[in-house]
Amino acid sequence: MASPMRIRATDQDGVVDVKVLMRHVMETGQRKDAEGKVIPGHFITVLDAKVNDKVVFTAEFGPAVSKDPYLNFKLKGSAKKGDTLAVTWVDNKGETQTDTVEVK
Amino acid sequence: MNLQRRTLMQMTALVGLMASAGLMTQAEAAQWEKAAFEAKSVDDVVKALGGSAPTVSDKVTLRAPDIAENGAVVPVGVESSLNATQMAILVEKNPSALAAIFILPAGAEAWAATRVKMSQTSNVIALVKSDGKWFMSSKEVKVTLGGCGG
Repeated sequence: MASPMRIRATDQDGVVDVKVLMRHVMETGQRKDAEGKVIPGHFITVLDAKVNDKVVFTAEFGPAVSKDPYLNFKLKGSAKKGDTLAVTWVDNKGETQTDTVEVK
Repeated sequence: MNLQRRTLMQMTALVGLMASAGLMTQAEAAQWEKAAFEAKSVDDVVKALGGSAPTVSDKVTLRAPDIAENGAVVPVGVESSLNATQMAILVEKNPSALAAIFILPAGAEAWAATRVKMSQTSNVIALVKSDGKWFMSSKEVKVTLGGCGG
């Protein structure tokens, strides 16, 4: 079961700084278990950030992004203080998680 | 080499299976740049993203440490003074070079940071797409402990 993301969005002089910390194993599909069997890949593929249903930022991840991914990006013009920012990720098994935060 | 190939093929088959089973909606499957993420070399990634040879540019800034003690968590960032629509972070010697793509609609700054895994000491490359052309900047990061060990 997916855990909620930790999101922080702060408006500083018109630039909204967004930090997202996700909980995810980000298994590469390259590793083997003790019996030598390949552990299947399990990783986040697409992350969308939306304000008022409009996509303001998209990230696509490969398995090379670290476990419990961290993402930091900046918006200038597409978000402001008081807006609700919704972040959604989807992984390669179709699991998904959405969390929202108010821009501070 | 052979083993890696087989793993990749299994993964490909798995993703295909999930797409047909409806676990992944078509839209999601289409949005993720599968070919680019499966490409092995930097050139192949750029090709898969629809570009030709990227130009080295000082308008692309790559932030990465000189030495990474732990290859499993290497902080990297990319920023650009160009009018960027897409950015990407690649690790040249990883099994698949591409680590992440950032898509920037109007209103997003050409600035992003994340953490990646590195299997060994390698060049890290930042790509920025502006005006339909790709620009790049690279830096060698020394890894003392690989991030892909079992």
